[in-house]
Amino acid sequence: MSVLSKLQEAVVCLKAGRVTLPYPVKSQPVPEKFRGRPLFDAAKCTGCGGCANNCPAREILLFDLCQEIRIVQYLGRRCTYCGRCADVCPEKAITMSHEFETGTNAIGDIQQRVELFMSTCQRCGRCFKEPSALEQLKLKGYRVDDVAHERWVFRSKSYLETEPAVDDIKIEMD
Amino acid sequence: MLKNLCQKMFGRSLWVYHANSGGCNGCDIEVLNVLTPYYDVERFGIKLVGSPRHADVMLCQGPAMRSTAQALKRAYDAMPAPKLVFAIGSCACGGGIWFDSYSVLGPVEKVVPVNFYIPGCPPRPEAIIYGVAVAVGLVDKKTAPVKFKQIELPIPRYHPQDLTGRDELVVYEKVEKV
Repeated sequence: MSVLSKLQEAVVCLKAGRVTLPYPVKSQPVPEKFRGRPLFDAAKCTGCGGCANNCPAREILLFDLCQEIRIVQYLGRRCTYCGRCADVCPEKAITMSHEFETGTNAIGDIQQRVELFMSTCQRCGRCFKEPSALEQLKLKGYRVDDVAHERWVFRSKSYLETEPAVDDIKIEMD
Repeated sequence: MLKNLCQKMFGRSLWVYHANSGGCNGCDIEVLNVLTPYYDVERFGIKLVGSPRHADVMLCQGPAMRSTAQALKRAYDAMPAPKLVFAIGSCACGGGIWFDSYSVLGPVEKVVPVNFYIPGCPPRPEAIIYGVAVAVGLVDKKTAPVKFKQIELPIPRYHPQDLTGRDELVVYEKVEKV
């Protein structure tokens, strides 16, 4: 009985053949809809900040160096590759590439930093407006993140009190 | 130095310990997928062990949570001395998309020192194998920080009266930096 079952098992194994993928030698093509690392095209980007406002992980930072120069920085540490930045980009400047081999020993290696030359509206002095009235209330002027410390600045900080509501919870805006 | 040490100590085989400190199980499934016959990493000598005391490498998945940070630290301390920590997935690398919620402390590097990062949500099994290969020194890493610079500050200012033409070549003289 056991010999028969062993033979049966051997037949099943021989039928299946070799299933191990030869990955390190020869890489398999990724699926067509696979979303890898987002790539930023500096030539197409207009600096509207839609990607920064729609990023669920808040990994795209905006910083205005002066009136004319805006920095868009993609950190990529907690990016979930959801592709919303590529979806909302009106100029299709962000493409979800098929790159997945991003293993590294320094987390800063997956950063992308784009410096943009922004023109100024002659009438209002700003180029873009927040979509809803509530958003407009929240935001005074431009959105400015802390690029030097790679921190997303919580937007309601501009009008809320700086003292924490509860003492024992130390919320880190990281 | 770390690279040489890795090649010397871990050249033969890596025994990995699989620590999940509050992830969603997505990265766990990918790590287990690496160990299945499809991506058979036991042919490279990589083996999953059940105790941190037997392990060379700790694979961290999930962010450091308030409730599991102590346990993660204790598991790291229990590992014998030449040890590596891999942060697998975007939760372990940067805190995940719930980075600002109450129970999440942040990335695992706030609790244990991380040597190698494999971002992705979840990373493909190939990406995990690639990250391990980078750590062992078989391949070089492919990523580098990208910077597109518009101009260098300070902006050079040119006076138009100082322009002189010489044989189809415009030469700027008396360039003054602002």
